[in-house]
Amino acid sequence: MVSEVKAVSGRGVPLVGNDIDTDRIIPARYLKAITFDGLGEGVFIDDRTALKGEHPFDQPQYQGAKILIVNRNFGCGSSREHAPQAIAKWGIQALIGESFAEIFFGNCVAMGIPCLTADAVTVKQLQKLVASNPQAAVTVNLETLQVQIDDYTAPVAIGEGTRSTFIAGTWDACGQLVANADQVRATAVKLPYVSWGKLSKN
Amino acid sequence: MSKGTLFDKVWDLHTVGTLPSGLTQLFIGLHLIHEVTSPQAFAMLRERGLKVLFPEQTVATVDHIVPTENQARPFSDRLAEDMIQALEQNCQENNITFYNIGSGSQGIVHVIAPEQGLTQPGMTIACGDSHTSSHGAFGAIAFGIGTSQVRDVLASQTLALAKLKVRKIEVNGTLNPGVYAKDVILHIIRTLGVKGGVGYAYEFAGTTFEQMNMEERMTVCNMAIEGGARCGYVNPDQVTYDYLQGRDFAPKGADWDKAVNWWESIKSDADAEYDDVVVFDAAEIPPTVTWGITPGQGIGVNQFVPKPEDLLEEDRFIAEEAYSYMDLFPGQPIKGTKIDVCFIGSCTNGRISDLREAAKIAQGRHVAEGVKAFVVPGSERVKQEAEAEGLHKIFQAAGFEWREPGCSMCLAMNPDKLQGRQISASSSNRNFKGRQGSSSGRTLLMSPAMVATAAIKGEVSDVRELM
Repeated sequence: MVSEVKAVSGRGVPLVGNDIDTDRIIPARYLKAITFDGLGEGVFIDDRTALKGEHPFDQPQYQGAKILIVNRNFGCGSSREHAPQAIAKWGIQALIGESFAEIFFGNCVAMGIPCLTADAVTVKQLQKLVASNPQAAVTVNLETLQVQIDDYTAPVAIGEGTRSTFIAGTWDACGQLVANADQVRATAVKLPYVSWGKLSKN
Repeated sequence: MSKGTLFDKVWDLHTVGTLPSGLTQLFIGLHLIHEVTSPQAFAMLRERGLKVLFPEQTVATVDHIVPTENQARPFSDRLAEDMIQALEQNCQENNITFYNIGSGSQGIVHVIAPEQGLTQPGMTIACGDSHTSSHGAFGAIAFGIGTSQVRDVLASQTLALAKLKVRKIEVNGTLNPGVYAKDVILHIIRTLGVKGGVGYAYEFAGTTFEQMNMEERMTVCNMAIEGGARCGYVNPDQVTYDYLQGRDFAPKGADWDKAVNWWESIKSDADAEYDDVVVFDAAEIPPTVTWGITPGQGIGVNQFVPKPEDLLEEDRFIAEEAYSYMDLFPGQPIKGTKIDVCFIGSCTNGRISDLREAAKIAQGRHVAEGVKAFVVPGSERVKQEAEAEGLHKIFQAAGFEWREPGCSMCLAMNPDKLQGRQISASSSNRNFKGRQGSSSGRTLLMSPAMVATAAIKGEVSDVRELM
């Protein structure tokens, strides 16, 4: 179930704006389902409709892009994993931004999609470069912590623990967590509230 | 790094170990699940041949998709019916307690767990919903998580997490009349920004929070996430213990004394070290209304929509977007803005004390012509309590609709939706574009008493005029 994510290469797509929330990434009406199927068509749907084809996700030059370049506090709001799922179904495999909301970041990690940060000036420069040359090859390297667009190279950052899980291919924590079931039980019995009463009526 | 805070103590007590990544494997004491973010997680468990490790620490309810008018099954919305059936089946197969519609205990997940005493100090709590931060009102560390993490908690009762920094947010003094917990948190977010809390747990301290009841504290912690903080909490005290004692799942007899002793021991130490401290004066907080498309875009009810030049440069882009989306102009007063819909409810403000405050305003008055106003209790128990007090009659006499419990028009996953460009006064937590079910609908966040005031006057108004 694991796979290493050491670098992501492809074309980039800029999405300008701060505080883009998960309701905008995927409106609640698309959450009315018991699977994540079909989310690709709903990604940014209301913004795309309002912009009548001018949204980067609709513009022909960005079709097939793999790296999304955003600004500040991207993915704030709801905890819905449907948001990164919808972005991934459109084709995105990595994000670079000034900052990410934490639950969104955690959801991306759990899906194997790295979210890297760079300072505001660098992010603006990356967006500019991609907008002026949508065909440019973008590479985000988690080993060197650099992003490269043609001749332009800039540093990007991600927490060391998270970085190591991508490089080692252990970003899917589930297997590791399950493997420690004995230690989990040992931690549980030390917590007084677990012993002074069952929480549920089972 | 912080030291000696409740967050540090609870974190250490729940640490199972350090993963090879350096992340902490953290035990989750209470896992709350609902119909929107759990079906895919159960499917992932089945794919991997895993079982629910601690079904007895897992509790389910249905809230986001339930209709608030006619709850007869099957629901007329087939997709909603599929979702509730999936939850029923997953709970049955995995021996998980499920508070279904009509059980007497169904409701918004963040309302039912506290009211049953499931939420207790010193716990770690997780739920596939960002407003899980609400449970921090009890001195619990409560995280909103995504669906893959719901899978992780189901399978292992743990999460892989990086430790947060701790910011103490101190508010001191007595709130002015007409100023509520909702105004306090809107004011904090307005000041610190919607990303101000990224990387932090917020500890809400100071005499203002000490004077608040548990429901007011829940309102504040509920919206910690809107300030970017992963969780928010208030240290447990006598107010917490008085609220908990006698509730269904609260410890009983000798266990109660043991519990209080333990709860006292996990409070932040007097000499605890924080990564950051911010101090506010309660007297300076006005009744607050949002004017934009993030919860940080708030102003006092008697203030004016800010001009771009009065904002930090980094806030201007989203402000421009907000002016155009909201059809509000820089420099115009927010007071007097005409309202189409008034919604009282949600996990932020759908509790009994919220309904009481709103009913005080509604009593003996009538909703303005052309305004649709409705009240959605946060749970079946809240509804029952409100009806026992006669609150429903006050609302109905005033022209409000009185509905069945659920999340309703906070995020409009049920039939309750704004239509077109309608503008709503809402006691919920988010004013994001399209949040209330119409891609062009507009939301102004405010306290329940302010929503009731807007309903009566037909426009944004100062609650103090009706007190």
